[in-house]
Amino acid sequence: MRFILLLTLLCSGFWAMAQSCDFTLNGTVIDLHDGTPLSGATVIVAGTEEAVLTDFDGSFTLGGLCDETYSLQISHPECSTRGFSVRVNENTTRTFRLEHHLESLDEVMITAQGYRTKVETLAENTIDLETIERQSNASLGDVLNTLSGVSTFSTGNAVVKPVINGLHSSRVTIINNGVRMEDQEWGAEHAPNIDVNTANSISVLKGASALQYSGDAIGGIVIAEPRAVPLSDSLFGKTIASFSSNGRGGSLTSQLTKSSGDGWFTTLQGSLKRYGDFEAPGYVLSNTGLSERAISLRVGLNKISYGFEGYYSFFSNTIGILRASHLGGAGDQVAAIESDEPLVIEPFTYEIDRPKQEVTHHTARFSGFKQIEGFGKIDAQYNFQYNQRFEFDIRRGDDADKPSVDLQLTTHRADVNMLWNERENTSVKAGITGMWQNNFADPDTGVRRLIPDYDEYNLGVYAIGEYEVSPQWTLELGGRFDYTFMDVDKFYRTSFWEARGYDEEFPELVVGEFGNQILTNPQLTFNNLSATAGTAYRFGNGLSILANYSFASRAPNPSELFSEGLHHSASRIELGDLRFTSEQAQKITLTLQRTSVGITFAVNPYVNFIEDFILIEPTGIRQTIRGNFQVWEYRQTAARLVGLDVDAQTGLTDWLDYQFQFSIVKGNDVDRERPLINMPPPRLRNGVSGSFLKEGQLRLGLQSEYVFRQNEFPNNNFEVFLPEQENDVLVDISTPPDAYHLIHFNGSYAFSIGSNSTAQVGLDVMNVFNTEYRDYLNRLRFYADDQGRNILLSLKINY
Amino acid sequence: MFKTNQIMKLIPFLFVLPIALFTVTSCSNDDDNTPEPVNEEEVITTLTATMVAEGSTVTLRTQDLDGDGPNAPVVTVSGNFQANTTYVGGIVVLNETEDPAENITSEVLEEAIEHQFFHLVGTGLDATTTYGDFDDNGDPLGVTFTLETGAASTGTLTIVLRHEPKKPNDGTLADAGGETDIRADFNITIE
Repeated sequence: MRFILLLTLLCSGFWAMAQSCDFTLNGTVIDLHDGTPLSGATVIVAGTEEAVLTDFDGSFTLGGLCDETYSLQISHPECSTRGFSVRVNENTTRTFRLEHHLESLDEVMITAQGYRTKVETLAENTIDLETIERQSNASLGDVLNTLSGVSTFSTGNAVVKPVINGLHSSRVTIINNGVRMEDQEWGAEHAPNIDVNTANSISVLKGASALQYSGDAIGGIVIAEPRAVPLSDSLFGKTIASFSSNGRGGSLTSQLTKSSGDGWFTTLQGSLKRYGDFEAPGYVLSNTGLSERAISLRVGLNKISYGFEGYYSFFSNTIGILRASHLGGAGDQVAAIESDEPLVIEPFTYEIDRPKQEVTHHTARFSGFKQIEGFGKIDAQYNFQYNQRFEFDIRRGDDADKPSVDLQLTTHRADVNMLWNERENTSVKAGITGMWQNNFADPDTGVRRLIPDYDEYNLGVYAIGEYEVSPQWTLELGGRFDYTFMDVDKFYRTSFWEARGYDEEFPELVVGEFGNQILTNPQLTFNNLSATAGTAYRFGNGLSILANYSFASRAPNPSELFSEGLHHSASRIELGDLRFTSEQAQKITLTLQRTSVGITFAVNPYVNFIEDFILIEPTGIRQTIRGNFQVWEYRQTAARLVGLDVDAQTGLTDWLDYQFQFSIVKGNDVDRERPLINMPPPRLRNGVSGSFLKEGQLRLGLQSEYVFRQNEFPNNNFEVFLPEQENDVLVDISTPPDAYHLIHFNGSYAFSIGSNSTAQVGLDVMNVFNTEYRDYLNRLRFYADDQGRNILLSLKINY
Repeated sequence: MFKTNQIMKLIPFLFVLPIALFTVTSCSNDDDNTPEPVNEEEVITTLTATMVAEGSTVTLRTQDLDGDGPNAPVVTVSGNFQANTTYVGGIVVLNETEDPAENITSEVLEEAIEHQFFHLVGTGLDATTTYGDFDDNGDPLGVTFTLETGAASTGTLTIVLRHEPKKPNDGTLADAGGETDIRADFNITIE
């Protein structure tokens, strides 16, 4: 295949040489939004690498062109770089529109300004707007899953958490519009409360090195940034509507921005999603419907030298949890594993019944910045977050309508950051952050609190310095200290308190006795140090090598410390440990990458040594009067993660691109000399995408996604006595599912409507061959297959 | 709008803000409002089945006072059953976390339509069970039942109380569905 392509290329080359090449292309580059000409834009012709600059009127001329289709790459300091293809068969005149981007982003993005490059010495994977828009119906986890080294840890198809280089939950910090998300991210079945449509770009840093955001991101940091607002009078927006065959529902999102030349701007954005039961290839996944609403408003003033912004967002969703995943005890687990199909299959419905989750998240943020001549910049922000989470289980009698979990998490945070960049080759950022968080677990549920009531106080300081030894060579060094104090009111079962030996170790914590429970008041202090050091060397031609070391520590979360009892939605008893200490991770990441035109690639090996790594895994069975339940216990161990992420892209022809991605991670429990549980299996992605017709308006793509079987897993199987069978039965909860291979198709066609608006229709087919598969990192893999084929129709209008 | 030197004077105060948030909140929170304990409702801690025949009474009992806590239920069987005998059984379920203990049996009787006891004889045990009482729809309830023993043998008698099972059902747990309120496995001997 490659050979034929090569041959075709060669032939077309000879053919081109034989022709007269005396056509000219007269082009004008203008701003997409207000049509102002862009002077100083660079136009590069792919292949010959001939480059010209646009003049004061935004015009340029290319001469000596042959009768063929040319690929142009146009870049401008204030805009996102874009590729265009132009058919030349006579003297041609064309207008090229660029989207005003980077420069205005720097001016408007208040706190992020100055941090455009979050870490100089750690590669950053970014999802661009086009990819986000193509998946406007998807969750944050699914969108991030398109990056190498990022996989998902899910509960069904709607609760999806990002996993970065094998780590997730509290080890992944999510920054949304400058706000560190505090949305009970500790739980495996707690998905990030973010509407992806609020973001203009989403970046992933696979490491803890971005110390300005947090010191405990042992897995990595996800940064979602909103759209930039141009410093000019304009009114623009977009609407995306999509319809999915699987789930028989759709999504609708709209965004409208009003900006003015004097710096004021307003952006209003909202999204709606509604789906019924999703379907596996063979059956309906009963009670997996989804309903989501989100709205956000940004209002601010942006002068070049100072600015401020107010931001509010509301996010709310209701997610049905697969009915067949609701179990009574370990006996039901055996029956569920032995059955090929879910034990409950009902006809399709839009109804979302119990078990289900209902989550709302409010964020409010006030921020401002000031450039200071002779110094640099200073910015400050205060943000407030309120997260309300209900989990409804199947309950009987009078309690049927009550939630089993009712948690209210309130967080206040204040940050002040400064940037000193007066010296040309040196810059220093430093800052301080204070936080107060309160968790309230409503006792009206009639179910013992899964997460106790607590207050948490945090104070952090950081400094990061960057030094350019030469234009090619950058050094980076940073440190951060976090003080965390937790004041907890926790009810323990007296029997558990004694069985763990807490009664001898912590008798002073007991405040009162209530029947078979005791009230305790643990007050925990954690002092966490983090540091980073790195170097980057640029060889030219876009080739660079980066090396980064990070030391990160993370205080254990409330779930790891205080879980104790039956977690109804998981039908298992989960046990934490009050004695846990902070996790400490040392990660070394090397990156060899080429980012310029032509073959681009990134090869990214890493190793992560984690002391006191906290994991949860099955440890056996506990008899209760309601039957036998699985017990999952948290424990600390030394862990070692070694992995490799590879990305590559190349143009096969001037209209056809090829993409390659491979990720592998091996996680080892060093203390027990065995693999870690729930490590993502290796994943291989290959894709081709082509642009057709004039200006590449028609784009077609085909992706192959191959997920290997995870062959390295710990054996946590246990036996349970089933009286019906009068013997012990092995419960196989360890063996991962088989490898799977999915094919996805995507197509889109863009066209203009009127003078200022463009539209794009899309047709995507996920899992084209309706392949049956189960994923190792889907917690519901014991009960049902993953989603089958989905045909997604979408319409996007920019205006 | 601002002069640079004015701003410079403000900077130290800005840095005080996060510290203020941290200190004010951590000092002002004297935490007098201790939370109330959650006492799970409809808890059953104890099941007693008293099996009476002429000249022989056997008491089967399971008790688990710490619910889903680490202590396993304590299961006792007071003696052996006699062969070829009909025993009449009566079940009492209690919540002993309250003082005095709450009798849940009366609740089960009141909401008979929503409940059913299952008395399952394991393989190896030569015995059969028959329902002794029924709900308003004429479907079995099982607070009282009879156990007819056959030849000498040993095996398991399992007693399960299901909440909101499918009624009527074919007598198996799998068909009945619903939620297990209590489940006890008794190892018994017929001599």
